[in-house]
Amino acid sequence: MGEFIIKMPDVGEGVAEAELVEWHCKVGDPVREDMVLAAVMTDKATVEIPSPVTGTVLWLGAEIGDTVAVKAPLVRIQVAGEDGEADAVPMAETVTAAFSSPQRAEGARRADDGETSPSLGQPSPSSGPAGHLLPAGEKGRRTAPDMLSKPLASPAVRLRAQDGGIDLRQVTGTGPAGRITHDDLDQFLARGAQPQPAPAGLARKTAVEEIKVTGLRRRISEKMVLATSRIPHITYVEEIDVTDLEDLRATMNAGRKPDQTKLTILPFLMRAMVKTIDEQPVVNATFDDDAGIISRHAAVHIGIATQTPAGLTVPVVRHAEARGIWDCAAEVVRLAEAARTGSALREELSGSTITITSLGAMGGIVTTPIINHPEVAIVGVNKIMTRPVWDGNQFIPRKMMNLSSSFDHRVVDGWDAATFVQRIKALLETPALIFIES
Amino acid sequence: MKEIVCKLLVIGAGPGGYICAIRAGQLGVDTVIVEAVKAGGTCLNIGCIPSKALIHAAEEFEKLNHMAGAKSPLGISVEAPKLDLAKTIAWKDGIVGRLNSGVLGLLRKARVKIVHGRAKFRDGKTVEVETETGMQVIRAETIVIATGSEPVELPFLPFGGPVISSTEALSLKTVPQKLVVVGGGYIGLELGTAFAKLGSKVTVVEATSQILPQYDAELVKPVAKRLTDLGIRVLTGAKAKGLSGNTLLIETAEGAEEQLAADKILVTVGRKPRTEGWGLDELDLDRAGKFLRIDDRCRTSMRGIHAIGDITGEPMLAHRAMAQGEMVAEIVAGKKRSWDKRCIPAVCFTDPEIVTAGLSPDEARAQGYEVRVGLFPFNANGRAMTMLSEEGFVRIVARADSNLVLGIQAVGSGVSELSSAFALAIEMGARLQDIAATIHAHPTRSEGFQEAALKALGHALHI
Repeated sequence: MGEFIIKMPDVGEGVAEAELVEWHCKVGDPVREDMVLAAVMTDKATVEIPSPVTGTVLWLGAEIGDTVAVKAPLVRIQVAGEDGEADAVPMAETVTAAFSSPQRAEGARRADDGETSPSLGQPSPSSGPAGHLLPAGEKGRRTAPDMLSKPLASPAVRLRAQDGGIDLRQVTGTGPAGRITHDDLDQFLARGAQPQPAPAGLARKTAVEEIKVTGLRRRISEKMVLATSRIPHITYVEEIDVTDLEDLRATMNAGRKPDQTKLTILPFLMRAMVKTIDEQPVVNATFDDDAGIISRHAAVHIGIATQTPAGLTVPVVRHAEARGIWDCAAEVVRLAEAARTGSALREELSGSTITITSLGAMGGIVTTPIINHPEVAIVGVNKIMTRPVWDGNQFIPRKMMNLSSSFDHRVVDGWDAATFVQRIKALLETPALIFIES
Repeated sequence: MKEIVCKLLVIGAGPGGYICAIRAGQLGVDTVIVEAVKAGGTCLNIGCIPSKALIHAAEEFEKLNHMAGAKSPLGISVEAPKLDLAKTIAWKDGIVGRLNSGVLGLLRKARVKIVHGRAKFRDGKTVEVETETGMQVIRAETIVIATGSEPVELPFLPFGGPVISSTEALSLKTVPQKLVVVGGGYIGLELGTAFAKLGSKVTVVEATSQILPQYDAELVKPVAKRLTDLGIRVLTGAKAKGLSGNTLLIETAEGAEEQLAADKILVTVGRKPRTEGWGLDELDLDRAGKFLRIDDRCRTSMRGIHAIGDITGEPMLAHRAMAQGEMVAEIVAGKKRSWDKRCIPAVCFTDPEIVTAGLSPDEARAQGYEVRVGLFPFNANGRAMTMLSEEGFVRIVARADSNLVLGIQAVGSGVSELSSAFALAIEMGARLQDIAATIHAHPTRSEGFQEAALKALGHALHI
């Protein structure tokens, strides 16, 4: 009996290590040739590692989540055979075949563009007149440097440009022979490093910027995929006449105390939602779809989708049912500020039972909001616009606003969704109703 | 032995490796350097430095011999000088030793950890080093391969016995009476010339039609003339065929066989990157010919692994490796850097010396430039006359449209020191007028630089 060692293959793309994400075997398992033993993940792709031999797994070299260096032993397999120890064969070829080929092809195509292909730091040994093979003389010590491709600038200017991340090919040189001077660089920086229009007219751009999806962006990406792949959305749009609400809002703002936050539409909507949820508890719920349990919440914790420099976050106004309108307004402003500056606490960013999304002046006519999983409803606020409305006799100008709301159609029926929105409409169109004790 | 974990691991403490480690250390990067032989690498131990020591001793000896012939126009005559080569070599070894400990001191000062032993890759992040006290495992975030190069061996002239490489030539205890140099490149000619001056009867066998095949004929001519004056027999277009005892069989350019008796046969047919013995096979790095393929940040095809110096290609020069090493250290420390050098000057320490920076006239034309070339001969230079060495010239190549300097070459006694001015002019993007309008101190050879620029502009003053 011999032993066969499978090493972490070179998964390509200049990767020196990869994360082990799945084991498909355990110690003692019999394996057949070509059976998938494990999966490893690089930044770009998950690669399956098949067994090149038939035998029994003796040893696993990593646990799930471990980062394993390329060529480090991954699996030891006992194989039938005479050789005491079969050579550790890196399986680059096998894996290359399994590796998603479109990406490879794309990589190759990009390389053809010349922009991302690794260019040699120095002229290649085969370039230049001295580069041909000399059977008994020394190979050329000196090869012709390629001067055409390099911008003309002193080493100090080049260093400043590198430090500042400036491509000197974008900078016009005003010095002798077109040399880029420190002044040229200063002026370029002063203009905000905008590439100058190419003097010869339109030019092709071939640069590709690769941005790794990490941190908040990665979480947003995962949540969006989770929500859209699991939740069958139904989106319901209704228009609301907010003329009276806007009048009331203006009056209340005019008479507010100095310590009170200026009211926007949001606190009115929040209060209206609280009132409606009382009658329509189906929308203020979370649905654990793995366990098959719907949790209807007595508390109304309203998530407010907020744009921050890092991306979308959802700070939560907790217990909106116990907050007055001024309190709601103040809490929304406080949380939005905390989210934007990154000082929001973990509990202020989680635990919502229903969410409002509003793009304010950019709200558009209609949106199709994605539900904040595992919630079952999200209310989207569109822009207020003065529109002509037929009152039976004539067109009159009214302030109109659409609400675009999505519901998890697994647990909220269309009827319930429509009832919820119609009730909110009624409250917002006759805002005094919001303040009437039930 | 306890595993070492560090941010940067440099394999090889030659000029590229030690500069990389020192710079990284200065920038606060946790750095380890591994060296299998001696700090300083080929350059310091068996290359640039010891060869220059030997060349200098040979020059001094030859001068005295010349004076002893009572032919010196300086009016000096001396008794025939005597040479104790063992003592010369000991002096050379002393210099090498001083520089060795100097490099180690600089590494320590930069807080670089030095591990002595041969490194071998275990995987892309881990290296095993066989040290005197056992196996040391080093794990690093970034690894720099700086393993250098070694002399090329001819299959029918393996090193050993009378057949020696440059390494042995720099440690001979006696001057060989008859020395055959196979390979008429810069290493063969530098050493061949030195031994001729020390008293050897030297024959150079070069396979191509010209010695120093990488330089143009105009630059090589003064060197070829001096070789003849020194009594060195140069056989171009000749091929070494094999060895029979102490006799080298060659085929001359005319196709005739000839036997060259020799005490030593110095084989200098080039250098090859050291790609074996450190586990390159484990990594499967992409190659560019026999070298490792790198990009403009000295990155290899595997993330986290850089390569610098001779292993990465031509020109195999210490100062190129140093510049790469410095750049890589800064990249590792988080700075934005890429290779943006316009030229890598090169010096050939023959007699007279050759220095080049940038493009030769032919190379510039081949790249599509219309050029103007200015050449100023040292026989019109006062300083050259007073030093009894009027051979050679300074030559400057510039774009015809903008006068931007593309290349500068010189051949002549002591011109190696002009290399800094040449390289600076090209890196700064100088035009001919910049050089012509700069006051050059009189009387120096450097005036030849200014005059060559004036010549290219059409108004040289001294010719």
